[in-house]
Amino acid sequence: MDKRKRVQALFAFTTNAHVQGFLQGKIYKGRLKNMCVPGLNCYSCPGALGACPIGAMQAAEGSTRYDISMYILGFLMFAGILFGRFICGWLCPFGWIQELLHKIPCRKVKVPPRVNSVLKWLKYGILLVFVILLPILTADEFGLSTPYFCKYICPAGTLEGGIPLLLMNRPLRNAIGFLFSWKMGILLLVILAAVFVFRPFCRYLCPLGAFYSLFNPVSFYRYRVDADKCTKCGKCAKACKMDITPYQTPNSMECIRCGECIKACPAKAIRNGVSSASPHESTVTEPPKPV
Amino acid sequence: MARIRDLAVRLAIMAAAVLMVVIGIRNGEARTVFEKAVNICLECIGIG
Repeated sequence: MDKRKRVQALFAFTTNAHVQGFLQGKIYKGRLKNMCVPGLNCYSCPGALGACPIGAMQAAEGSTRYDISMYILGFLMFAGILFGRFICGWLCPFGWIQELLHKIPCRKVKVPPRVNSVLKWLKYGILLVFVILLPILTADEFGLSTPYFCKYICPAGTLEGGIPLLLMNRPLRNAIGFLFSWKMGILLLVILAAVFVFRPFCRYLCPLGAFYSLFNPVSFYRYRVDADKCTKCGKCAKACKMDITPYQTPNSMECIRCGECIKACPAKAIRNGVSSASPHESTVTEPPKPV
Repeated sequence: MARIRDLAVRLAIMAAAVLMVVIGIRNGEARTVFEKAVNICLECIGIG
């Protein structure tokens, strides 16, 4: 197992270490839940020790006291400016689950570039509409509103929270209705898609990935391409499962910092790390030679 | 010069982020997050 896989597993288990919650069908209620975890991890997961930043943001927007959450936005900006989408690639439990599903042996599907270039914007729309605008604009006379993303889209909540809690709680099972069927449908679609396509939820639907992606071009942790070493062979682009061309855009908003391009580069031209160097250090712009 | 400007922008974003977290905590937002997170979110699990 490579280093990233170990970190993903360790982080997923560490942030969901409340084992007795799974056994009792109850969630953790301790003080750690004042804080958010950086990745998408439902706080109604019986094992969750921290709060989900997307759920927490909607909770603050939907409360009577605030319209926008400075606490959560500040936390996400801090994590974003330090790491960008490194968090997606290394610290997100739901991203890890999708990667495990993608290991199921079968013929994999490469999303056509034109489809990919359109669908990738969907996650920004979901962030804007479901996470920010709807919870703010649809507040009732008491200032309360619905967490629209969690309620109608989030498959992580269904998988990590819904299924284990319903298995252990008869009263909750008795309350199942259309909404649960809807959310199970979305979860099954995401699971099925993840078997064939690499991280489909992260690429097209995740509002947290969309937020962090805004920081990828400027974050402290970044990739750099040594233009003197790069031969533009295109092997990095072939290795990239997010369909980026790393030697042209090493700090692309879609890059989850998985490091496959670094491993694939025969010239060792791509480097990573925390740096104060310019984000536009790569000067290579020509298309790759045919391989 | 560009390198210094980029670093300054990143440090400014980081400082703004820290300031926002502090303001949020002072406004009691951490309490709101806690109250939400320690109760089962029925919407999240597809019940409510």
